[in-house]
Amino acid sequence: MIFSFDLLINAIVSGILIGAFYAAVTAGVSISFGILDIVNIAHPAFIILGSYIAYIVNASFGFDPIITSIVVTPAFYALGAGIYQVYYVSFEKRGQESLRGLAFFFGLLFITEVTLVLYFGVDYRYVEAPYIGPTWHVGPLDIPLRILMPCLVSLLLIAALQLVLTRTFIGRAIMAVAQDQFALKLLAVDPIRIKRIAFGISIASASLAGAFLIIIQPVEPSVGREYIGRVFAICVLGGMGSLPGTVIAAMLVGVFESLTSTFYGPSWAPAVSFGFLLLTLAVRPAGLLGR
Amino acid sequence: MRSDLFFLVCLAVGAAIFAAALALGNDYYFFAGYVVLQYVVLATAWNILGGYCGYVNFGSAAFFALGAYSTVATHKLFPVPIPVLVIIGGAVSGVVGFGMGYLTLRLRGAFFAIATLALAVVLQTLIVNWDFVGGSRGAYVVRPEAIAPFGSYIKYLFLIMMLLAVGAITVARVIERSRLGYGFATIRDDELAAEASGVPTLRLKLIATTISGGLMGMAGAPFPYYIGFLQPSSAFSLDYAVNSIAMPLIGGTTSWVGPLIGAVLLGSLQQIATVTISSAVNLLIVGFLLVGFVIVAPNGITGLVKKYIQHRPLGQVGPRRVDADADAPGRVP
Repeated sequence: MIFSFDLLINAIVSGILIGAFYAAVTAGVSISFGILDIVNIAHPAFIILGSYIAYIVNASFGFDPIITSIVVTPAFYALGAGIYQVYYVSFEKRGQESLRGLAFFFGLLFITEVTLVLYFGVDYRYVEAPYIGPTWHVGPLDIPLRILMPCLVSLLLIAALQLVLTRTFIGRAIMAVAQDQFALKLLAVDPIRIKRIAFGISIASASLAGAFLIIIQPVEPSVGREYIGRVFAICVLGGMGSLPGTVIAAMLVGVFESLTSTFYGPSWAPAVSFGFLLLTLAVRPAGLLGR
Repeated sequence: MRSDLFFLVCLAVGAAIFAAALALGNDYYFFAGYVVLQYVVLATAWNILGGYCGYVNFGSAAFFALGAYSTVATHKLFPVPIPVLVIIGGAVSGVVGFGMGYLTLRLRGAFFAIATLALAVVLQTLIVNWDFVGGSRGAYVVRPEAIAPFGSYIKYLFLIMMLLAVGAITVARVIERSRLGYGFATIRDDELAAEASGVPTLRLKLIATTISGGLMGMAGAPFPYYIGFLQPSSAFSLDYAVNSIAMPLIGGTTSWVGPLIGAVLLGSLQQIATVTISSAVNLLIVGFLLVGFVIVAPNGITGLVKKYIQHRPLGQVGPRRVDADADAPGRVP
């Protein structure tokens, strides 16, 4: 193996940039799985859905994918709230979330993927925007704008989510619902409503993550599957529901993946997140910044 | 019915189906029947962990592929008959199932489900990078045209899969009626209470993952001979994962009958739909059936039938609860 300093630095920097994007992808799962205890394995499917919406609007009207994704967040929020309502009535209320609830989300993942395949085929789709293409050269560093842009917006998104969760009433209620649902009831707050809002926010974040994804790489319907392991690995590593932990974990995974694909070849990269997942589960199940 | 008698009855039914397929005189029925039987094994195997213990395994495809690829590897090293390959495939998948369970089952159940999902991705990565078994290009396993007493080879494969299906169903039924099965049911109903009453939950869960994984590997072992050319994408196909979850849930998870009904129904439906409509649409049907059944009929077809027979109002026909008098949890192995 030829060791090159430039290569190393570039791998680390692109790992950090990609890591910020992973954080945006994981933020939704950190809310649904980490805080609400809903194992939404269909989250990557909603991200792909977001990618395809950004693609359709971009291909037919030429709008910017990120702005499009922000505009459609209310629709994703409504979708999320609706799904939670079905989930609550069918599974949480009956106490069957562990087996049938999981199967429900797995079914949703599958339906979304197959429907996208039926409509769009398995061709790779991509978007066009002014920041896709040019690259900044800073000394030995190459920073492609198509990765820098999603990275910056991702960090903004995480910061906004963190502010909402810690500073607003709804956000604090969401954190409280994770700790004690019954206590919330005593304070005359409907925990189901709070969970519905939180799940809506989680799915709404998938819209943005989807736009980032299709800016960074061409997308086809089954790309989402690669993200399932990664997303949950990051969520667990970050400490289940801690957004700052999610960012740190996402960057760690990003850097290690980038190093692996630079020095061993890209086909080995998917194994990294699984290694992290097993290592975390075996050594420190609470994660980096776990409560 | 005693277990050995049950096994003989199953064998007789299997032999009757084999004879009927022979009488039809068209090799296509063997090709289609093989796939349905393979799903019977996969669904029954999934149900031993998923239905009896309540732990969801999304990685059926990974265990299935492990069986298939251990066949490819063994086939390259030294040719052995298929029954030996089945045992090897089962052993490899069983060991991996045990390892997965050991690492994740001490935590909350959801971690096991997520880890199995990730396992499928990682095993696929390993196989794609492993040139000995063909890597991403795939591997040819040339099956002989004919084999001694059976005539065409597919009849032989069909018979093997039939035996596996009979074996899997018998194993599931034996477990269901043994102390092991009661132990599994306590885990499903209330793991904390089971642990508190002295049920060795971790050990039982590990037994379940090993048996379940091993059976899935056995189902996968003859697959390279069936398909002739094995690619990572076909061995790790999400179809196996979704089908082996959908079939028990649609059939009913609490007894061995459910996965059998689900697999035969859904398996045949898919064979027909693949021929008449398209393979993508039939997957969509499976997805919608899965979501529909878990919402509307949580106990599957067997649950519906039971409700119809007993005329009980909704809500009383729950999953089979462990009868406290029938078997004290403390005596579970």
